[in-house]
Amino acid sequence: MFFFFYVYNKGVPAMSAVEVKNLTFSYDGQTNAVEDVGFSVEKGTYCTIVGRNGSGKSTAAKLIAGLLDKKSGTILIDGIAMERENLLEIRRKIGIVFQNPDNQFIGSTVRDDIAFGLENHCVPQAEMDGIIEHFAAEVGMTSYLESEPSRLSGGQKQRVAIAGVLAMAPEILIFDEATSMLDPQGKDRIKQVIRTLHEDRSLTILSITHDIEEVSMSDQVVLLDKGKLVMSDTPEAVFSSEDRIRKTGLDIPFSMKLAKELKRYGVRLDETLRIEGAVEELCRLRSTK
Amino acid sequence: MPIAFDKVSHIYSAGTPYEFKALDDVDLEFSEGKMTAVIGQTGSGKSTLVQHLNALLLPSSGTVRVMDREITAGTAPKGLKKLRGEVGLIFQFPEYQLFEETVLKDVSFGPKNFGVSEEEAQKRAKEALRLCGLDEQYDERSPLELSGGQKRRAAIAGILAMDPQVLVLDEPTAGLDPRGTEEMMKLFRTLNTKRGKTVIIVTHDMEQVFVYCDEVVVMADGKAAAHMSARDFFADSSICRSMNILPPAIIRTCDALREAGFDIPKEINTTSALAKCIARQVKRHG
Repeated sequence: MFFFFYVYNKGVPAMSAVEVKNLTFSYDGQTNAVEDVGFSVEKGTYCTIVGRNGSGKSTAAKLIAGLLDKKSGTILIDGIAMERENLLEIRRKIGIVFQNPDNQFIGSTVRDDIAFGLENHCVPQAEMDGIIEHFAAEVGMTSYLESEPSRLSGGQKQRVAIAGVLAMAPEILIFDEATSMLDPQGKDRIKQVIRTLHEDRSLTILSITHDIEEVSMSDQVVLLDKGKLVMSDTPEAVFSSEDRIRKTGLDIPFSMKLAKELKRYGVRLDETLRIEGAVEELCRLRSTK
Repeated sequence: MPIAFDKVSHIYSAGTPYEFKALDDVDLEFSEGKMTAVIGQTGSGKSTLVQHLNALLLPSSGTVRVMDREITAGTAPKGLKKLRGEVGLIFQFPEYQLFEETVLKDVSFGPKNFGVSEEEAQKRAKEALRLCGLDEQYDERSPLELSGGQKRRAAIAGILAMDPQVLVLDEPTAGLDPRGTEEMMKLFRTLNTKRGKTVIIVTHDMEQVFVYCDEVVVMADGKAAAHMSARDFFADSSICRSMNILPPAIIRTCDALREAGFDIPKEINTTSALAKCIARQVKRHG
């Protein structure tokens, strides 16, 4: 059935899921919204893209998803160049979920909405229900299949949008501030769904976010400022320079703020990204000193 | 002049199959000159509540007292326009409401509409724009050319230009980056402390409530379930947790440390105080 959509080449040397070189784009032909940006994301990586409002994050994501046409540079998706003749093949590999859940519905029921993409991909009618139900279950929306999307909460709408994208069996999922309009419960639920997809299916995730906790949990952080790449590295490395944090309008996790204060009192912590880790380490310090 | 809700209910689509009681017999008094957070889950009635403050919504029953006016069921209060100049309401995603050719024109629209001369309106608009962190270079630009964060500032400046005594903000920082959020919250705090504005802010962000707000109103199922000082609200994190609200990181850290056997006094509310307290205990065992 639909399992054959998910064949992963585990064990095979990693090829970058996304490779971007010298990427430049301009909306008005004068100023570049994205300028000479280059980074690569290995398969199965949870990558967060961060930067101030207007730093070019969403533009970069749309370029990678093939929704905008680059001015210059190279984008390779799974080794395939983003060029007109490859666009269909590339679009099959990438799914994108946007910020505003209201803008991404087509179907009159949740079931129809998830079916829409499948119909476009000419999936046989006989297989469709199985696929729809599978992905509705994956995001916890099974009991809403016959509901009208407009009657759902923001968080539920985003889960349906994710199910619709998942049904297309992408290898790379892009979330463009997919939780920023949701309340805390809705946010947590979506973050859980994304994390599960990453861990269980080793999907490559590109998540544009302002959520510092999400950033600190990710494998790789791509930091943009005024359309340019500042760095692409681990969260520890990105958070390490106070000057850089200040200049690019980022915040740092609370545990790091605490670690910095503790240093002033002569207490050094190794684990600084997670509160739980910091507390465990403090316990050890207390018992061994 | 206090802002008070006296047994206020609000029913949407009354008499239809979609009838929905968004506010249910709310009794509540907002403290003057304070910065109060209105929190609660989606659908708990937060937005409905604050839209009564400038009579954008009228109660289905009960009385809302704002400034020196009474707003009751079905009766649009006298001097509605004046009330709206005194109580500035900023909606979620206010940038969708920008409409003029230039930023300066957009921000002057409010005061002009209230009968202020062109010159005076521009003066107020400029002052409001600077307060919101938009300098001269933006005055003559089209609002459409601004970034999301800048649009948000321009929209807020449009309300500030009318110099309202009460400022009501419905999720003013949703979608802003961390720095933008901090700058915006500091602005509201300054308006509150330096200019004596009463600020009422609907938010989901407990970090902001913890750092900036004096009082907390918790909405649940259309009722004001709690109204207390922010200090008391966060002193006992079980209140947050029982409402399914994630407490601020510092409170979560204090809880985790206490559970691990550290002695963390209730009064600790800054990172440096917490660090000092921890350092003492880590070293004492040395």
